[in-house]
Amino acid sequence: MKHPQPASSAGYSCPTPDHGSRSPRVLMGHGGGGLLTQELIRSVFLKAFGLPDEGLADAAVLEPAAGRLAFTTDAFVVRPLFFPGGSIGELAVNGTVNDLAMVAAMPRYLAASFVIEEGLAISDLSRIAQGMAAAAREAGVRIVAGDTKVVERGHGDGVYITTSGIGHVPAGISLSPDRVAAGDIVLISGTIGDHGMAIMKVREDLGFEADITSDTAALHDLVAEILRCCKATRLLRDPTRGGLATCLNEIADQTRHGLEIDEQTVPIATAVAAGCEVLGLDVWQIANEGKLVAIVPASHAEDVLRVMRDHPRGRQAAVIGRVVGDHPGRVVVRTAIGGRRVVPMPVGELLPRIC
Amino acid sequence: MKHLGEYRDADTTRRLLAEIGQLATRPWSIMEVCGGQTHSLIHHGLDQLLPPTIEMIHGPGCPVCVTPAAFLDHAIAIALRPETILCSFGDMLRVPGSQESLLAAKARGADVRVVYSPLDAVRLAEAEPTREVVFLAIGFETTAPANAMAVKLAHHRGLANFSMLVSQVLVPPAIEAILRDPATRVDAFLAAGHVASVMGTGDYPELAARYHVPIVVTGFEPVDLLEGIRRAVLCLEEGRLGVENAYPRAVADEGNPVAQATIHEVFELCDQEWRGLGWIPQSGWQLAPAYVDHDAALRFPASMADTRAAAEPSPCRSGDVLRGLLKPSDCPLFGKECTPQTPLGATMVSSEGACAAYFHAGR
Repeated sequence: MKHPQPASSAGYSCPTPDHGSRSPRVLMGHGGGGLLTQELIRSVFLKAFGLPDEGLADAAVLEPAAGRLAFTTDAFVVRPLFFPGGSIGELAVNGTVNDLAMVAAMPRYLAASFVIEEGLAISDLSRIAQGMAAAAREAGVRIVAGDTKVVERGHGDGVYITTSGIGHVPAGISLSPDRVAAGDIVLISGTIGDHGMAIMKVREDLGFEADITSDTAALHDLVAEILRCCKATRLLRDPTRGGLATCLNEIADQTRHGLEIDEQTVPIATAVAAGCEVLGLDVWQIANEGKLVAIVPASHAEDVLRVMRDHPRGRQAAVIGRVVGDHPGRVVVRTAIGGRRVVPMPVGELLPRIC
Repeated sequence: MKHLGEYRDADTTRRLLAEIGQLATRPWSIMEVCGGQTHSLIHHGLDQLLPPTIEMIHGPGCPVCVTPAAFLDHAIAIALRPETILCSFGDMLRVPGSQESLLAAKARGADVRVVYSPLDAVRLAEAEPTREVVFLAIGFETTAPANAMAVKLAHHRGLANFSMLVSQVLVPPAIEAILRDPATRVDAFLAAGHVASVMGTGDYPELAARYHVPIVVTGFEPVDLLEGIRRAVLCLEEGRLGVENAYPRAVADEGNPVAQATIHEVFELCDQEWRGLGWIPQSGWQLAPAYVDHDAALRFPASMADTRAAAEPSPCRSGDVLRGLLKPSDCPLFGKECTPQTPLGATMVSSEGACAAYFHAGR
């Protein structure tokens, strides 16, 4: 049998393949490690974060800082990706910066990993990266390493971001639950519940008119001011997921002391309090992303309060209670009308009450 | 919020507490019927501020707590069907059925969604015409108007894919069931103000007369609750056995006629099972014949397996708690086998449930 002649290429061409380089949305190919991945990194991430001094390599090479290092990591999952007051991008930077700040570390470097859902608008991803870059600039940290992966549509909520951070801890500062003593004073840097309610308002399309914005913010600068004022500061914590109730219960548990909180002194924005009343939610359990709880010796409490109130992140700071020798491990609230109740550790998912 | 402050005013509560202390010449047991009142009493620490003569007994008025396990099993079976989206108020999700909760079913793949209003479920049915949207219509007379409105709306819009699994319960028959129990030691009732704001106070004079108890319609804030308690103590001390309205800013004697008309158009009376209390005749509402097309119980009948599992006995004594025969903290399971993380009964789940309220408040 005679082999057919090979077809001539003359007058024939393949249809131009769609590489997707002009796609307005993230494609699976953007996670394939090839040209599309490079393009995504250049057009979105390097554009926002800048090219590291050392160029692109498999790892960032950093100058060691003197003294002790703090190192932490946090994963960020939020729906919707954009909300009043910020986006997942600002959260991912500020969250890790704050975790460093809570051990008194000055944040230096961040690494960021992105798990992106196929179909996410590139413009949204750019906005998120720009938000991260702005937050990093404001916090004085550099994003020096990163990674992207793409998962199939339906397997993610747009994008998940994990950030890891390195900071250095100044000499002479040591924050620890072991240093907390009965008689110490508990302060908070401002109103509670703003972030969680801002998210809920847009996520659940609650339709009530209220000006509630997320409080997402970096707190290391406020922390530096607090520590400058009071080197004997015992402990700092940021009441994020699980809210003030979780934060205080963790402190009581780890310090093996009791906490006594005056309900009336805890600052709450009127709109947030009203939203919680309507929805049957406990504002003490609602997340914050730009607040801290500080425990300081009673002798320094007034000075620390003044320093906090002088700082833009602590304008509404307040003394909310004290560390007590009674009821170790428990948080007790004195209610506005003079009653008392124990503040429980929240169980799990925040579920609104029926009526 | 502007008005909330005045009903949480420390001076007013102090004055009312002192007055109650002076009025009560002997011990009195007063039942607050509604879970919202229980929550408020404990949240504000009122239970500890009351004089020792006054004992508050926490009644069966938490809709989550009295919804029977068999109903939840049925709801879970419906939720696990691939074509359905099950919509519920949030705090039903953690309540254990006989085998598992809706949260556990959700983790196994059931499409369960929290809604804030039954009208959200109607909107979902419109948006998802190829799915069956089932709303868990639970609650007392307070949730009934909105639930009825949702069915009417779905019916009017021809949404054949919208249905409701109904477990609507009524307060007056529950009060009567408690009063009829010879073991009952309730001297007076605080009736739920929001229920009365819908249904009015008309059901109560006959109950008060027949069982010789004062019934005081009461609100939810500390000052409201103390005013209700003060009026109840005054009635008891003076031997007046009637109905009083201590919540006139929200409750008119005739209630809300528009809401009542909607309820009576959509629902009809039926016998109803209460978790912990058993079957109480004519104590619930089911969909009226004109709306049975939207009855999820008929559209997705419960299997024998669902009913059998729910009939198995439970060590939980929430029935005694709901009737005021047992304080939550006196239950041998309380805080040991039974905690909010591992609830054996619904009263440990809802923040309005007496057991959970005690547990959370460290009572």
